[in-house]
Amino acid sequence: MIAFNNHYNKFKILSVSLVVISLLLLIFKGLNFGIDFKGGTLIELRSTDSKINVSSLRDNLSQMNLGDVSVKKFGNETDFLIKFENNENKNIIEEIKLNLDKSFGNNFNFRRVENVGPKVSAELLRSGIIAISVALVLMLIYIWIRFEWQFSLGAILALFHDVIVTLGLFSLLGLEINLSIIAAVLTIVGYSMNDTVVIFDRVRENLRKYSDIKIFDLTNISINETLSRTLITSITTLLALLSIFFFGGEILRGFSLAMIFGVIFGTYSSIYIANTVLVSLRVSQKTILKEDEKS
Amino acid sequence: MLNFSKLRIFFVTLISLLFILISSSNFFKFSNELLNKKINLGLDLQGGSYLLLEIDNSPVIEQKLQNLTITIKNYFKEKNIRINNIKLLDQKLSFDVEDQFKQVIIDVFTDEESDLNPYYPRFKSHQLEISEENDIFNIEYSKQGLVELKTSSQDQALEIVRRRIDEIGTNEPNILKRGNDRILVELPGLDDPMRIKSLLGKTANLTFRFVTTNTEDSFGSEKLKYEDGSEEAIVSKRIILSGDNLLDAQPRMNSETNETVVSFTLDRVGAKRFGKATSTGIGKQLAIVLDGKIISAPVIRDTIASGSGQISGGFTFQSATDLALLLRSGALPAPLNIIEERTVGPDLGQDSINAGMIALAIGFLLVILFIFFKYRVFGLITNIALIINLFLLVGILTIFEATLTLPGIAGIILTVGMAVDANVLIFERIKEELKDEKNNLIAFDSGYTKSRTAILDANITTLIAAIILFFMGSGPIKGFSLTLGIGIFTTLFSVYFIARLLTVIYVIKNKEKVGLI
Repeated sequence: MIAFNNHYNKFKILSVSLVVISLLLLIFKGLNFGIDFKGGTLIELRSTDSKINVSSLRDNLSQMNLGDVSVKKFGNETDFLIKFENNENKNIIEEIKLNLDKSFGNNFNFRRVENVGPKVSAELLRSGIIAISVALVLMLIYIWIRFEWQFSLGAILALFHDVIVTLGLFSLLGLEINLSIIAAVLTIVGYSMNDTVVIFDRVRENLRKYSDIKIFDLTNISINETLSRTLITSITTLLALLSIFFFGGEILRGFSLAMIFGVIFGTYSSIYIANTVLVSLRVSQKTILKEDEKS
Repeated sequence: MLNFSKLRIFFVTLISLLFILISSSNFFKFSNELLNKKINLGLDLQGGSYLLLEIDNSPVIEQKLQNLTITIKNYFKEKNIRINNIKLLDQKLSFDVEDQFKQVIIDVFTDEESDLNPYYPRFKSHQLEISEENDIFNIEYSKQGLVELKTSSQDQALEIVRRRIDEIGTNEPNILKRGNDRILVELPGLDDPMRIKSLLGKTANLTFRFVTTNTEDSFGSEKLKYEDGSEEAIVSKRIILSGDNLLDAQPRMNSETNETVVSFTLDRVGAKRFGKATSTGIGKQLAIVLDGKIISAPVIRDTIASGSGQISGGFTFQSATDLALLLRSGALPAPLNIIEERTVGPDLGQDSINAGMIALAIGFLLVILFIFFKYRVFGLITNIALIINLFLLVGILTIFEATLTLPGIAGIILTVGMAVDANVLIFERIKEELKDEKNNLIAFDSGYTKSRTAILDANITTLIAAIILFFMGSGPIKGFSLTLGIGIFTTLFSVYFIARLLTVIYVIKNKEKVGLI
């Protein structure tokens, strides 16, 4: 048996600092919103001429009065991603096409064009925030129905930790937040909850079984009993996610990365945060027996 | 938990085989109607254009209120009430009257039988709202009035957009209403939406009006620019003909001038008016105005009574074709703005399919190998259940002809990764039970029973996330939530019917064996 409980205090400090650092990052550095939420235009180009590179493209486009243009390589040497802010000109894409063809010859394939107006991006951001909030509230209601309040608090804190720290990491690394990241965050919420609930189920079962074991050791027994399941599920989920990350193409990379972070944080938080809360709140057999009597 | 009746075994086998058959219809062709269904590919996988259009209703509101000024003046004139200082500002009509008539005005506008202000009994609201401030009346659209106006202009716009897109002949366009002032257009397979965008961006309001020299035309006049921006001309506001009078329009080559023109045919009313105007107006310039710009203003040389004519204006064949198309399909009630556009080229779509399939194959293989090495015989059972799970998932998507997107494929891969969780929970529980219980059958039975709540909890939490995504998400994200959500049900089925059935068969055969799992 691994003595997870010996490290409760250390990890309590770690979790709190991670959340604080993430919050600071989110407040001061902010998130790198993609065009879905900020509005603007995105063009994915493939060139057939290997001489064309990021700086020659950037030089060319910067003469076009597009405002803040970003040009990046996208996946391999011949693919580029161009992004710029919302433009009044309705024919801007056509003009870029003409301009590039004039400067570099007819060597481009416009693989993807996305243009999100300011009104739509504001709506997408709002509905993204609503979706995550509704998910958190529904999880809260679900766990509140299923468990005693001490457990609910632990699960919700773990959940907030996972979402905040994942977003914090995205802020730190400057990774782009787009619609698929919202999907990833919601899936993380589901996954983290799932992991926590499995351990809590066992804690509650053990509370009924052993009246003489303190919650400090009882959580440790429960974690150990469910540990192989926790690890196996995390591993298979990570195997699936890693294969999306490495082979699923450039478009799914951010999504799979967010999920990979989320699964790791989710596994960590269900062991450390969720259980630490139970210990701090001195949950005992009485906690669940009281509830049993009520129902 | 270990009992399986013969009937149940039969049904489980039947369902599994059926879904394998249905799933395979995506890869083979069946002559059977029922089996000839396929999963639709989203625009991000097959390539195509997604356009969200917003109707700009403000010109319509302005126009309607403008018309209302005349109606109001005439209506009260008959009642010998003078309307003073009537003006239109910020979509609000304001005027004043002598004090003694104030009540009459209010009564007319708030009467449920009002001639001027239609009443919607269903919504208990008038079309217009009247308010009085500093002896000045303000009239504006009520909330319900605006909704009615927007809905009707959306209906009209939808019809025109559909006609224009049908004229171009793209395959299986999807044109839908969104809210009450938006139209969603999905055009599969279209990789360059430039032409459609320019066609949808034009209102195509065509009028024929005389060019005047005297600015005191009784209908009023306005200064308009030519299409090429070169000159301006003063044009009467009196409309001789409008696009509504057109029966047909086609691009043509004028054999005399060797110029591309748009030839048109007028309806009976139009032909009559055109004939009259051309006979009285010989020597005058007739301006052809499209969306506030003059295309050309030819001098009338002869009476045209045939009800057909030509528009010239330095067209290329393409621009003449487009103008003819716009004129045939009619004018939009209000301008449309493209507020969101997402276009994926067909080769990127194919690349995404390939990458998604490779990721699925590798992810699947890794999970299967891992589980097999971890649980051996039971790993094999889990894997068989996992494969059937995949067929069930693909089969359900096929039956409903659901749309598969790239994030949807990610959802399938994720389902593969998380689907084993339930079996892992069960097997780990059985292992624990076997520590105290030597009877294999009892240990397996209680392993299944005791792990049930945890499995349900785990799946419900994921389902909550998937449902929210489905209702809140757009486009590709919906695809992800769909596969993730359906995946939960197919996983539960494959775990509790297929994997359990195989486990039961194996355990009953080996009930005396020690260290079974």
